[in-house]
Amino acid sequence: MMDEIRVLSPTAILGYGFPVASFEEGLRREPHVIAVDGGSTDPGPYYLGAGKSFTQRQAVKRDLQLLIKAALDRRIPLIIGTAGGSGARPHVEWTWEIVEDILNETRQSASVAVIFSDVPKALIVEMIKQGRTSTCGPLEGLTPEVVAAASHVVAQMGVEPFIKALQAGADIILAGRAYDPAAFAALPIMRGFDAGLALHMGKILECAAIAAVPGSGSDCLFGRLQKDSFILEALNPARQCTEMSVAAHTLYEKSDPYLLPGPGGTLDLNSTKFRALPGGRVEVSGTRLVPTPTFTVKLEGARAIGFRTISIAGVRDPIMIDQIDSILAAVRQRVQDNFAELKDYFLQFRCYGKNGVMGDLEPTPNPGHELGIVIECVAESQEVANTICGFARSTLLHHGYPGRKSTAGNLAFPYSPSDFPAGEVFEFCVHHLMELDDPAEIFSMEWRVVK
Amino acid sequence: MAGGKMRYVRDAAAVIRSKNAGPFELTFDLMFTDKAAYDEVRHSITPERIAELYRIPVAHVLKIVHFEPALAVKITIVRPMASGALGETDVYGAQQHAPLFELTY
Repeated sequence: MMDEIRVLSPTAILGYGFPVASFEEGLRREPHVIAVDGGSTDPGPYYLGAGKSFTQRQAVKRDLQLLIKAALDRRIPLIIGTAGGSGARPHVEWTWEIVEDILNETRQSASVAVIFSDVPKALIVEMIKQGRTSTCGPLEGLTPEVVAAASHVVAQMGVEPFIKALQAGADIILAGRAYDPAAFAALPIMRGFDAGLALHMGKILECAAIAAVPGSGSDCLFGRLQKDSFILEALNPARQCTEMSVAAHTLYEKSDPYLLPGPGGTLDLNSTKFRALPGGRVEVSGTRLVPTPTFTVKLEGARAIGFRTISIAGVRDPIMIDQIDSILAAVRQRVQDNFAELKDYFLQFRCYGKNGVMGDLEPTPNPGHELGIVIECVAESQEVANTICGFARSTLLHHGYPGRKSTAGNLAFPYSPSDFPAGEVFEFCVHHLMELDDPAEIFSMEWRVVK
Repeated sequence: MAGGKMRYVRDAAAVIRSKNAGPFELTFDLMFTDKAAYDEVRHSITPERIAELYRIPVAHVLKIVHFEPALAVKITIVRPMASGALGETDVYGAQQHAPLFELTY
């Protein structure tokens, strides 16, 4: 077995960019693999539900041009996890088109393994019947109705499908939804390195230089995995890894930093040690992978719930601000009375400068000297959403409240038109665990060869 | 408490932040600059005080973990709603930390 395996992570999310100088510094260290994570649920349910990427095509293409050339020139694999932000089929195909364009434009040839993570709904329903799904966090158990309503349901793959593609000789792996560390840990685990250390290293590398100080989501990080530890290094001289920055990253977006569950096992950090090395590097050791008795994957899904229209306005009148709650209640009532036949819509007035950021969690909902109001309607069609939002806006603009002195209009609109149809609205509905008999079986693989 | 003087956690912490931990949970990290401050403050952060600060049921405070490698206390609560659901105010959950500035020890 080799003594050391080296992994280059260019950026936190494919499309977030990275300085070429940092990337070249990484290439000088002769990585065995370049891996990058494309996704996150952070931007909310829309992107998974609608099958759209939250990154822009031109930004993803810029990153991929550099990554593809570097990997093919050196005959090392390029692994992309959670393509297109959410990793459902439309996201993977969107990313594939960019990969294909680059290969054709630059006349490079490559064998690309495309791995899908979409889960057949019939399989999920069968698993619900067999009692092999469970909740993952504070929400209700999964039902066939919820599964049927979801526009896309994906499962987070572990390292196994990546290893299958690597063993079959993929130059590039383009994967759907993946457990973030999997793209980084697959080659090390395939080569016989410790799975706990490989996955922990992957967990840090997937966010690239966010684990350095100063942190950045658009700069590279380099990892060297050895037998009993791994070493992280920032590749930009302006940043360094410190014991604190690397340890702190373990907390990021997780509920418990000591036990990190993933497909097939839980990373146990109770005995993990972080040790600073010269040159702004940090060595990490002691992390263990504790396999779970059954192999489970996390499912993610979102469903369409309607169409949204918003209108943005400001209020500066102190008399109006003093009674803003009762004014908004009166306007809501007027909207209800005017469209008595329309019941099934959601209407909200968000008051920035009062509790716009925290809503019900706001401990001090006291208005400031000006308020930003976002009027929002979500309804069954864009037309109904436009109608309700527009009517609420015009009603609020001319509403006569007690003691009013400013009789020409209540709202300051920054834009014309004042209302913005925001399109379809989605909500997360599947965020559950499901058991699998085989860790790779449901993740179908397709080979696409560009000559 | 020595001297009985009330002090703000914000003056002892280098980092006070919030973020989603998945779409259904909200997590807060308080990180301290030195071990002494970490040890002095960490036990005063209880589920009851967090519940009071955010005006939520104590049962909604899911976990408080002390993570010494980062001199950190991590608090995780149930998200007021799933990320991006109707009525959402903060999809990433990145601006829900401000009430922690009022935490004392």
